[in-house]
Amino acid sequence: MAEKPTVAFYWCASCGGCEEAVVDVAHGILDIVNAVNIGFWPVALDFKKGDVEDVPDGFYAATFINGAIRNSEQEEMVKLLRKKSGLVFALGACAHLGGIPSLANLTSKEEILEYVYRRSPSTENAQNTYPAKVYRDAAIKLELPEFFDRVYPLNQIIDVDYYIPGCAPPSELVADVFMKILKGELPKKGAVLSPNKSLCSSCFLNDTKPEKLLIKELKRPHLTVIDPDKCFLLQGLVCMGPATRTGCNERCIHGGMPCRGCFGPLDGVLDQGLSMLSALGSILDFTPEQEKELDGVIGKIGDPAGTFYRFSLGASIFYRQDGKRGGE
Amino acid sequence: MFEPKIVAFFCNWCTYTAADLAGVSRMKYSPNVRIIRVMCSGRIDPELIVKAFEKGADGVIIGGCHPGDCHYQNGNHKTLRRYKLLKGLVEQFDIEWERLRLEWISASEGEKVQRVSNEFTEQIRVLGPIQMKGGRVVHG
Repeated sequence: MAEKPTVAFYWCASCGGCEEAVVDVAHGILDIVNAVNIGFWPVALDFKKGDVEDVPDGFYAATFINGAIRNSEQEEMVKLLRKKSGLVFALGACAHLGGIPSLANLTSKEEILEYVYRRSPSTENAQNTYPAKVYRDAAIKLELPEFFDRVYPLNQIIDVDYYIPGCAPPSELVADVFMKILKGELPKKGAVLSPNKSLCSSCFLNDTKPEKLLIKELKRPHLTVIDPDKCFLLQGLVCMGPATRTGCNERCIHGGMPCRGCFGPLDGVLDQGLSMLSALGSILDFTPEQEKELDGVIGKIGDPAGTFYRFSLGASIFYRQDGKRGGE
Repeated sequence: MFEPKIVAFFCNWCTYTAADLAGVSRMKYSPNVRIIRVMCSGRIDPELIVKAFEKGADGVIIGGCHPGDCHYQNGNHKTLRRYKLLKGLVEQFDIEWERLRLEWISASEGEKVQRVSNEFTEQIRVLGPIQMKGGRVVHG
């Protein structure tokens, strides 16, 4: 029997949902375990950093990293894993685009630490504990990982070979990627492993969208009785479908909620949020004479960055200078 | 003195023609403004504007036809809507919305190109160089 390839899993700034997506492959996981050795998976099995340091470079055939990069410990680990791996996969929206954690980029590091350790109503911090990189007292000197002032998607820290989008990625997609690796059917490096089409193009509500979609108002989902059988944009809800990659089987739409954009932008789009902003600009039905009404409607988007960039703020061109694209 | 870099996206049919008119009429205006001709102000993707900021433009002017005059009927209506949406967004990223300006300039208004370019250059000079949070060097 030929030597089985070894794979590794690691998590950074994430919620654990992506690990869950791997476990949710369920019966399929047995096929995967039969085909590969798991060489590193701290969330499920007992491994230490030393185990990674001990293997030769390029030892792991594929490494799946989920979560964004928030601190220097994560940076160190992913750089180490990069060295020890053949292929690196960014698993899930946080590793791919920064994800929800990257919304913290709108707030400075100082503001975040100040709130969490001093000002939040539930904080009890009589000793005034506050994170520092180095801690000293008479007996000891401790060094802690540094909390960065930004959250980075994985490709701004290390070279990434492939992206598995989604928050969390559907387990069918994860299983599909495993099969592609084993059969050697991966596309060219840098690809996002999901169809390069917008969610609208595969959405089952697309037929209810008129030829020329125009809207006069914007509504917020929690204040609206949503008709689950009618295009959400047509109902005035900000559905990210036009600016989001498909491949999720319209999970949210089936659940009666507008798309929030977790699969990220299509190939060639530099910035998902601006792409959605542009789409919305096209369909808001106001002429320059109706500027006042237009201002009123736009004012209803309470938090534009949080709405348009819910999962992709870390990858926004507002934050980058290297010109690299979301999936490239 | 701080010399701002300004990118101007002018539509082919009105504002760019007005800039041409300013030129052939030998009207002098601020050389800080770098004009990029586009077919319609409605095709200026917000991405292009933010990319201009990201690449170091201190201000961006969008020039289109007056409402009702658009060569493509309502391209400039979309421009206005995107401009309004984008203004709200750039503020959230700590970029002063005054760095972005929309002007309707018809083909015969060469002197308006001159006035707007000069005014805007002075306004940006006062604001100073653009600061983007993303200007920070990536770790490693």
